[in-house]
Amino acid sequence: MAISGASTLFDKLWSDHTVCDLDSGETLLYLDRVFLHERTGSIALQSLHSAGYEVRDARRVFCTMDHIVDTFPGRGDKTLMPSGSDFILATRSETRAANIRLFDVNDADQGIVHVISPEQGLLLPGLTLVCPDSHTCTQGGIGALAWGIGSSEAEHALATGTLRVRKPKNMRVIVDGELRSGVTAKDLVLYLIAQFGTNGGAGYAVEFSGSAIRQLPVEARFTLCNMAVEFSAFTAIIAPDEKVEAYFAGRDFAPKGEHWEDACSYWRTLRSDDDAAFDRELRIDGSLIKPMVTWGTSPEQVAGLHEHIPDPENFEELHRREAAQRALDYQALQPGQAIADIPINAAFIGSCTNSRISDLRAAAAVVHGRHIAPGVRGVVVPGSRRVKREAEREGLDRIFVEAGFEWRDSGCSMCFYAGGETFGEHQRVISSTNRNFEGRQGPNTRTHLASPTTVAASAITGYITSAEALVNSEALIA
Amino acid sequence: MKPFVTHTGIAAPLLRRNIDTDAIIPSREMKRVSKRGLGEGLFAGWRYTLPGGRERNPAFVLNQPEYTGTSILVALDNFGCGSSREHAVWALAEYGIRAVVASGFGAIFHTNCIRNGILPVRLDEHSIEALAERVQQDPQNNQVTIDLQCCLVRCGDLLWPFSLEESARYLLLNGLDPIALTLRQRKEIDVFEQARRKARAWAYAPMEDCVEGVLL
Repeated sequence: MAISGASTLFDKLWSDHTVCDLDSGETLLYLDRVFLHERTGSIALQSLHSAGYEVRDARRVFCTMDHIVDTFPGRGDKTLMPSGSDFILATRSETRAANIRLFDVNDADQGIVHVISPEQGLLLPGLTLVCPDSHTCTQGGIGALAWGIGSSEAEHALATGTLRVRKPKNMRVIVDGELRSGVTAKDLVLYLIAQFGTNGGAGYAVEFSGSAIRQLPVEARFTLCNMAVEFSAFTAIIAPDEKVEAYFAGRDFAPKGEHWEDACSYWRTLRSDDDAAFDRELRIDGSLIKPMVTWGTSPEQVAGLHEHIPDPENFEELHRREAAQRALDYQALQPGQAIADIPINAAFIGSCTNSRISDLRAAAAVVHGRHIAPGVRGVVVPGSRRVKREAEREGLDRIFVEAGFEWRDSGCSMCFYAGGETFGEHQRVISSTNRNFEGRQGPNTRTHLASPTTVAASAITGYITSAEALVNSEALIA
Repeated sequence: MKPFVTHTGIAAPLLRRNIDTDAIIPSREMKRVSKRGLGEGLFAGWRYTLPGGRERNPAFVLNQPEYTGTSILVALDNFGCGSSREHAVWALAEYGIRAVVASGFGAIFHTNCIRNGILPVRLDEHSIEALAERVQQDPQNNQVTIDLQCCLVRCGDLLWPFSLEESARYLLLNGLDPIALTLRQRKEIDVFEQARRKARAWAYAPMEDCVEGVLL
């Protein structure tokens, strides 16, 4: 479709996929890819068929076993979740019947949907993707329009190859300035949510831009866009650049030959025009950001690792005061307590936020030659079997295992409780995941979100600790 | 899908912000490959004294006798944020909830409500607090009426207008299945698809060289 005047990147992608504008004020938007997983995919497919509909084009639909699949090595179809294998078996038979490519439990390419999709080139810049998983926005990191939907919408997407969507507004988050060493994309996004609230992006598609964003490696861009849903954004997107081209070159499902040339020349047009207007703009000075961690039960309840637990009395609005008090009660923390004095019971590295090879390399660099603190349980779950193989090729698994971590098979694992596995009641976990909600990692489990390096350092000391503090303190002792 | 035109019922205030879908239906309560059997798990972490148990927590609003038969929830901002799990809406529906009045909703949850015949009503926080205060005085006698024809919330002599996107209102009022609606435009989709496949051949070529997703 022709574009007149200056457009944002989001407008360009929206326009490129508009089948027609509907009388209802929605747009019928064309979908290039649909992804499913075993938690909801089997329900969507069953419901679709029982309503008498068919999958429109199975070649562009993919499904993986990630949410409740067991992540213990040597796994099968059984999981710790009662009835978990029902989901696995139903997903297997439904996808087979519909001719949908399934990354099954022990497929060499199995993994978390938002990890395996880009790593195999199943989704490419400039395309649309939906998946019944809220973190589908992760994949906006390559310049694709990807967003999470519910099961009913997934049925619609499967049956029609489209969705009826109301166009969100445009927001630009500009991050300039250089990130300090040791500050990761995870710290950046926690800082953003702390500054503008979990509702800061509601009603918007967010484009991240600015010098600090351009400097981020592709995998860090996934981490950043992953948490756009915790900011309530419709989705997030980052204009593709030469790093993204290099990322896709040679990937299994990436275009080849002439198609590759065509793709790259199109991708080079995928950026907001200089004079494009945004409905809202936020600016962040990236150089001000320090390593962050959540203290409460919402991703906006965040502090720097060097800071203290805030006093709820200091929150101006009553509901924030009440929410903070409630969070402190759940988390068993006191106002004024130093973050660095908080002891942990467990450390988890994994999830669609932070389980890629770069995350594992960064965490392993902190762990290398050290051992986790007595009484602390450490778990590392690679995001995909490809990530796992690469980590093992590089010897990262040995670094983790020698340090006392469990080295697991790939999946969503204990990012949440769906596999039926938990760290236990009242256990305090520092976690590279995306949600610290009450009960998220198991009934009454207490979660602190942080970057993989912070999680690694905390596992070593047994307290919430920044990687830099760990290295510095040992340097002092030496 | 059951149409929503007007509904009168008991409203229960849950005046918190950011009530996430994990709280609405904890993961452990999503036991079957089904949209059914979820009502019991609604707010399980708050409603029962022990995880996985069924002993009612008397402090939780829905367990209080005056809120028996609640069909409307009243909450603050960002209700239904977090996971996209539609189970949250299925659980609300099975419990008997027909509408949620809140100062804001998680985007995916909002769509999920529309697709399942639950009306999400957005009111500002002051109105929510006033509504909750009135209801709390006597929930059984201060029932709330929500009229989607006129887009009004009423409780006794208190009245609040609200707005809902026309498309959502149309689906809810008529109890329509959006798939059937969209398939009326199948021809337009086909034409768009053919043109797109030509213009962006690079996007589809690798998929079309596959049988069941395996590269040939």
